[in-house]
Amino acid sequence: MAIGETIRNSQIWKSIFRHPMPLDRRNRIVVMLTNFFLHLHPVSIKKQGIALSFTWCMGGVTFFLFLVETVTGVLLMFYYRPTLEWAYNDILALRDVTSLGILRELHRWGAHAMVITTWLHMYRVFLTGSYKPPREFNWVIGVILLLLTLLLSFTGYLLPWDQLAIWAITVGSNMARATPILGYEGPGQQLLTIGGIDMITDGSDARFGLLGARFVGEETLNRFYVLHCIAIPLAAALLLAIHFWRVRKDGGISGPL
Amino acid sequence: MHSSGFFLNDVAGFLGGYYTFLAIMNGIAAFLLWRKKDAPGWALVWSVFAGVMMILASLALSASKSMVPALPEAVRGLVNSLSGPVLYTLGTTALFTGLFVFRKFFVQPMVAWSVLNFTLLLLGLSMADENFAAIVMKPDNVPIVGLVYLLAFFTWVATKQAVVNDERIKQGLPVVEKVNDEKVLVWPDLVYTELICMVGVSALLLVWALFLPAPLEEPASSVKTPNPSKAPWYFLGLQEMLVYFDPWYAGVVLPSLVVFGLMAMPYLDFNKKGNGYYSIEERKFSYLVYQFGFFELWITLIILGTFLRGPNWNFFGPFEYWTPYKVEVLNNVDLPQMFWVQWLNQPLPRAPQDAGLLSQIGFIFLREAPGLLIMGVYLVALPPLMAVTIFRGFYAKMGFIRYMVMSNLMLLMLTLPLKMILRWTVNLKYIISIPEFSLNF
Repeated sequence: MAIGETIRNSQIWKSIFRHPMPLDRRNRIVVMLTNFFLHLHPVSIKKQGIALSFTWCMGGVTFFLFLVETVTGVLLMFYYRPTLEWAYNDILALRDVTSLGILRELHRWGAHAMVITTWLHMYRVFLTGSYKPPREFNWVIGVILLLLTLLLSFTGYLLPWDQLAIWAITVGSNMARATPILGYEGPGQQLLTIGGIDMITDGSDARFGLLGARFVGEETLNRFYVLHCIAIPLAAALLLAIHFWRVRKDGGISGPL
Repeated sequence: MHSSGFFLNDVAGFLGGYYTFLAIMNGIAAFLLWRKKDAPGWALVWSVFAGVMMILASLALSASKSMVPALPEAVRGLVNSLSGPVLYTLGTTALFTGLFVFRKFFVQPMVAWSVLNFTLLLLGLSMADENFAAIVMKPDNVPIVGLVYLLAFFTWVATKQAVVNDERIKQGLPVVEKVNDEKVLVWPDLVYTELICMVGVSALLLVWALFLPAPLEEPASSVKTPNPSKAPWYFLGLQEMLVYFDPWYAGVVLPSLVVFGLMAMPYLDFNKKGNGYYSIEERKFSYLVYQFGFFELWITLIILGTFLRGPNWNFFGPFEYWTPYKVEVLNNVDLPQMFWVQWLNQPLPRAPQDAGLLSQIGFIFLREAPGLLIMGVYLVALPPLMAVTIFRGFYAKMGFIRYMVMSNLMLLMLTLPLKMILRWTVNLKYIISIPEFSLNF
């Protein structure tokens, strides 16, 4: 008897996979219902909805890249310390010394690719009119996820702590200085004064809140590191779950009504 | 900077591989066409093209200045001297308009393939220019080249289906997506596609990571400001807007409006047609608005900000050396200056030295009256005016609140192109300029 057969009939295998091999119609349905990772999908689906020319797979690719970023990101955290003393040197070591330094390339190019695939996914959803009822709110969640993707990429941009990183973040975050009313160079910041004392200064405005300091420094590095590794991924993961759940609940994969 | 021997040595290997890739790509296309037997002429064309690419590949591998295929110096000089923000914007607008109007022509596979080959050849020839290559081959800029080709490809894919569907709708037939609406099991039809997709993306990412090292510049230094200082590439459209607006608007208000407008879209688009299939004719208005915002005001500005803006955010032609010493005349004038000084020949209204706060504010209002009037008419008077004229039908279907949100979002979106045009034609800097409250528009 084939060894494969023995394994598939063992108690261990059967305790993990609650269904026989998905070889016939019945078991192909059962597998979708009993497997945790697969139950995200429906059992059957419109053939037209999964045609490559129609769907482009960009949402799925974006999610896959999110997973790639998570795995490579966690591994990179073993090599990287977000301090002025070590940040740059750790990245340098990833380039020159560490055997798996390519993790950084995978993480960086994966991030760029994720921004692009998010845009393409959104473009496809627009072009097929899939944001229309009953999927309006899932589009709104998608827009927030787009924003989170850009913020993830932006906060990660600072971490190598080289000239490219700190000046890109400086240029980007300088905008916050001009936030109306809440930025110290923004229009109307003069309105928030108490007893002739400005409430909005370069030590208390929106940019200070973003950077944790008056300029991009060690506090910023720490702040962006935490946002990049913990806060934004958690928020994104939650919204991703809702996004997928609603695809199913709001009428399934898009197609003509 | 003039092409040095070192540069050609560096780029020759890449170009050799690049032209070989084009040759293989066209060889396969020719083979497939020949086998299908319905277009033997095209099969011949692409096999000849593939042969030419092989010759270019061997020329490129020579790495000698006289052999590597490149655009003639004169052409590059001409492109540099002609290009500028105005021509770039008008040119891309004309390009998009042309592609849209003649979409039935451009979606034909052989036309699209010719356009693709033409742009790829042009890219290869341009890569032999040191200045061009220096910008395009910057590791963080490589994704943008990919983005451009992916967008072009997917726009082609979508437009092709939309053209077919629009034709079917005109003939009273159901759309293609409706015709094949049989259901299949997710295992194996979808899960296998997903698996293949994951393997493909992983392979692509690995190759990308192996061949292109991630950038790492000198250690961060808060005293050495690079020139130009640029935000990450996906924000360069916003940075480009800083040419026309102050940071509070270009960097804070406009991006917020973009996010808000995108979220509001499903609630503003009352058109029930075009849900779940590709179509242009059935939803022309929303299609054109989205494409205008996405392509004109986002993608082209990113490309402009990345590839064509050099030191001091000056404009540089694609083959121009990024010298920090380029001087550009800045003779932009604020509207109050124009109105009071140039047209009425009198000094700007200014409060007397000992005036109280209210009187000072009054004088500011007087000074800015022309700009405030224009903006008032634009944002307050135009929406109702449009509701009874061009948007009469919209207003009737949308109701007051939805119509007002939509028309204001549209008008605010149009502030960018309008300000561009005003800057280029009459050198207008600000319509409203109240430095007292850091409020310039």
